[in-house]
Amino acid sequence: MRFVLRRLGFFVLTLWVALTLNFLLPRMMPGNPALAVIGKFRGGISPQAVKVLEAQFGVGSHQSLVSQYFSYLGNVATFKFGSSLTTQPGASVGRIVLDAIPWTLGLVGVTTVLAFVLGTGIGIVAAWRRGGRLDSIMPPLFVIMTVIPYFWLGLVLILVFGVKLKWLPYFFSYNYTLTPGFTPSFIGNVAEHAILPAFTLLITTIGTWILTMRNTMITTLAEDYVRMARAKGLPGYRIMLDYAARNAILPNLTGFAMSLGFVVGGAILIEVVFNYQGVGYMLLQAVNNLDYPLMQALFLLISVAVLVAILLSDIATAVLDPRTRGAK
Amino acid sequence: MAMLRAPRGPGEPGSGTEPGQLTPLVIPGAGGLPTGLPLAGRGGIAGARALRRMARAITSNRKATAGMVLLVFFILVGLFPGVIAHDDPNAETYRRFMGLSLHHLLGTTALGQDMFAQVVWGARPVLLIAFGVGVGATVIAMLIGVASAYLGGVWDGGLSVITDVLLVIPLFPLLIVIGSYLHGAGTLVMIAVITATGWSYTARQLRAQALSLRNRDFLEAARVRGERSLYIIVVEIIPTMTSLIVASFLTNALYAVLFSSSLQFIGLGDPSVTSWGTMLYWAQNNEAFQVAPLWIIVPGLCIVSLGAAFALLNYAFDEIGNPALRPVRSMRGNRVKRPG
Repeated sequence: MRFVLRRLGFFVLTLWVALTLNFLLPRMMPGNPALAVIGKFRGGISPQAVKVLEAQFGVGSHQSLVSQYFSYLGNVATFKFGSSLTTQPGASVGRIVLDAIPWTLGLVGVTTVLAFVLGTGIGIVAAWRRGGRLDSIMPPLFVIMTVIPYFWLGLVLILVFGVKLKWLPYFFSYNYTLTPGFTPSFIGNVAEHAILPAFTLLITTIGTWILTMRNTMITTLAEDYVRMARAKGLPGYRIMLDYAARNAILPNLTGFAMSLGFVVGGAILIEVVFNYQGVGYMLLQAVNNLDYPLMQALFLLISVAVLVAILLSDIATAVLDPRTRGAK
Repeated sequence: MAMLRAPRGPGEPGSGTEPGQLTPLVIPGAGGLPTGLPLAGRGGIAGARALRRMARAITSNRKATAGMVLLVFFILVGLFPGVIAHDDPNAETYRRFMGLSLHHLLGTTALGQDMFAQVVWGARPVLLIAFGVGVGATVIAMLIGVASAYLGGVWDGGLSVITDVLLVIPLFPLLIVIGSYLHGAGTLVMIAVITATGWSYTARQLRAQALSLRNRDFLEAARVRGERSLYIIVVEIIPTMTSLIVASFLTNALYAVLFSSSLQFIGLGDPSVTSWGTMLYWAQNNEAFQVAPLWIIVPGLCIVSLGAAFALLNYAFDEIGNPALRPVRSMRGNRVKRPG
């Protein structure tokens, strides 16, 4: 219980830091971003939006930084994120974000879980068949696979399977001509559009799971209780799964949480490359259009999502491994 | 595959003669020398010995050799790009999208620049960022990690919280947000931003290592002599952690390569700097898919190769530090399979 409370405290602290960064960054940068936007889109933004923007970045405001800060925190707490300036002028930022979430959850969420399960499984088998063909080829291969930039692999897959072979679609998440709905043809179309981006994410993330799992599993296989299990004459698969893998999976679970930040970051680029209208694509749209209210809301959303995932995995680790409960 | 490695196994300097762990490096400090000798020298010896050991490891481990060769190759290209490529990478002097020829080994871009020259000159900013961030982030990680472990108490609490918070805030989105306020980050700004946000992971590793050293006798001796904490951290502790420091340099350099290229790709870098990331940015914005696939493939392959150089070196050091991970012959695999 104390462990969970401590993690909860850390969660709140990190959340506060993310919020504060969001508030302070534009104010710390050379040249006020609000003025940059107003300058760039002169006339393109309604006077009302200009006022909101000025308030948001404290231009010509007589309020002190501290009171600006508290009104910012209040706005966030009540989910007042303002309205989009340039991406979809006038639309509520909350609406845009809510529209983007399901696409990202569907694509990145499913693929991440799949990569975790597959990668852990392959890692178990690779460590078990130590020195076998699978094990001797894989580590160097996956070391290299983990350094492939997500976006570049996406580009190459588009080049090969989209442009040259014309096998798969690579633009947007469904065909513009279809009307969205729960019809078989629409769902099939969405699935087809998801293949290339999902595959990109899978290839680039699976290596980490395999390597961590394999390396921990190798250490575990040398433990006495594994030798004991062998001596008892237990079937191989039971030793592999119930004795070795079960004890070796914890670092992978913690790693799962830690790497989520990277996965989310990489997924942003994949959505950008495939013009897939999820959270990451929207973030980049906001950045390119200097749509700061939208950008800030999306950064907060991504941070909160990652922090919640880490909190959950911390709790899961505490439940699964009693040793962590007492540890700092 | 496994057979090729067989002759190396027993004679491998990293395997039998040395314990192979990272920690034994501190042993010379723990006993051996009586207190009162010039201690800075001793720290230097421990560091130098670790470096020698690493040099031997690089030649004996195939992954490390491959990584080192790649890295040296790119460093040479980055140092002398003018010798290899004769064209100005930015001069828009040729026809658009020329095919491959002896004069234009990779053809030309949509803007009529020689693509080979761009690839060659593009190595320099990436390497600068990799080494800049590698060194910068490692120094920060070292000071914060070791100070946190050595000083303990409130210091440890405070510094650890800062490290952990930075560790869990999603870095790339943060970099995108910072990049959007900066409007075109040049090489130096890129180094500064990635360094400032990216040191936390290695700081945590270094802290863990330093924690295990905290109660060693040689540190106690330094304390009794009345040395200041800063002296103990910089002269006594840090040299004993050379292997881990090199590993964290490699980790940070690798992330710098990937992060900076990604930022440049989405147009948050300085578009006038020729680097592999900006090449990909221009390629994607000029329909390179249809006409000039090499414009996409070659810069990406360069990023992957440079990243692989750092990653292979790092993985090899992992193997050296943890003998259990080294490749084995299939003998053991057979024994394992039999019961099933």
